[in-house]
Amino acid sequence: MNSVAHARQPMRFRGRSFIAFALTPEPPIANWLAELDNWRRNSPGFFAGRPLVLDLSAVTLSSHAIAHLLQELTAREIGILGIEGVEPSQLEPGMPPLLKGGRATNADEPDAPPRRRPAAEAPRPETTSLLLDDPVRSGQSVIFLGGDVTVIGSIGSGAEVVAGGSIHVYGAIRGRAMAGASGNPRARIFCRKAEPELLAIDGYYRTSEDIDNSLLGRPIQARLEGNDMKITALD
Amino acid sequence: MAKVLVVTSGKGGVGKTTTTATLGAALAQRGQRVVLVDFDVGLRNLDLVLGAERRVVFDFINVIQGVAKLSQAVIRDKRVDTLALLPASQTRDKDALTEEGVARVIGDLRRMCDWVICDSPAGIERGAILAMRHADAAIIVTNPEISSVRDSDRIIGLLDAKTVKAEKGERIEKHLLIARYDAARASRGEMLNVQDIMEILSIPLLGIIPESDEILRASNLGCPVTLSDPASLTARAYSDAARRLNGEEVEMLVPSDKKGLMGKLFGRRAA
Repeated sequence: MNSVAHARQPMRFRGRSFIAFALTPEPPIANWLAELDNWRRNSPGFFAGRPLVLDLSAVTLSSHAIAHLLQELTAREIGILGIEGVEPSQLEPGMPPLLKGGRATNADEPDAPPRRRPAAEAPRPETTSLLLDDPVRSGQSVIFLGGDVTVIGSIGSGAEVVAGGSIHVYGAIRGRAMAGASGNPRARIFCRKAEPELLAIDGYYRTSEDIDNSLLGRPIQARLEGNDMKITALD
Repeated sequence: MAKVLVVTSGKGGVGKTTTTATLGAALAQRGQRVVLVDFDVGLRNLDLVLGAERRVVFDFINVIQGVAKLSQAVIRDKRVDTLALLPASQTRDKDALTEEGVARVIGDLRRMCDWVICDSPAGIERGAILAMRHADAAIIVTNPEISSVRDSDRIIGLLDAKTVKAEKGERIEKHLLIARYDAARASRGEMLNVQDIMEILSIPLLGIIPESDEILRASNLGCPVTLSDPASLTARAYSDAARRLNGEEVEMLVPSDKKGLMGKLFGRRAA
């Protein structure tokens, strides 16, 4: 037998993380599948080309039931690249791999179908907004370039919020708030109690030292006028 | 099945080990079965504070390694028979703790008692993260000064990110315990007061433990203050906190700056 010896090529094997959408079926499965069909009718082509993960933490399915569900999804041209929320014993060889450590993350609003408009039409920028129900804790960094960010709570010392639009805080700003980060000089910053480490709008920033003492501890609004940040009390 | 509690803070030296021992003793004194777990590998203190340091044979790491069974490593308290301790290793460090090992031991302990209380080390690295990983609820110990409060805020953020409960999208119960509260210094503005701390941290208050000499004496004697001096203000504050953990509504007493008198805090619900 002839064999050709080649120089061994190094195999590159690295960890990479990507953002995927998780479909989370809820019981009864038949009703969930009907809802899925509804969605597909209203937004055709929505699932095509999207990386999809199946989150089975809300249901208890046997391996047989999981296989059946996967068949139903394939029949609807929905490709699943991984499964989370199950025990390894529930999966059989040939099924998509078990994924662990999935985290909620910012992604495009799934309500809007992907844009397939003719090139002639200028695409309208999608402005959305992010609402946070909990305080932003020290060390946390919230980055949302798609629009305004509203926090029901405070931004803690050592925390930061970066928004493409305005920042509205129903609490105190004790950390950093950076609005208009995608190049929007009309963005503003609002809060109920100003004790910030740093405020910035469209890259122009003020640190705590440069904020008038009379404004500290009060509800304020910060806006840009030219390259000057104007901070005014709201009470 | 037990409830797993983690006693954490971020900042060091605020009273985590004291709280683990004293709250654990208070719960055990009410008849509940409590196991305390020391996660501070290499710098263990829980055994000292409980007066068990001369009875440590096997430790948490030995159990993870399979060198000893859990029943061999767990030390029963001589004074309260429903209280027990799983000590940490002093000769190793936190890298000897493995995810699977910790998960297995906590799982085994859950079946043995009513409360598993994990004494977290200070910091936000591996040891602290592993201590909080399997917790159903957390007690965040904070001193009334600004660096402790900021570190507590940080650790609260981590509780909402790095625990198994958080990864499943569930909420982990958080309770604030203010320790070493000095009413005189708070009223002079030298230390933060209760309202300031609660406004910054926004989690329910479990208890306020006054600064006192009793705690230091208790540590040196190796006897939690609820056992050695149950009538003291500190012991009563910890007993009240134990009652609140059990769902009882107990009026919150704020230590006042008048020695021996307690002011009432209106409208403050128990956690």
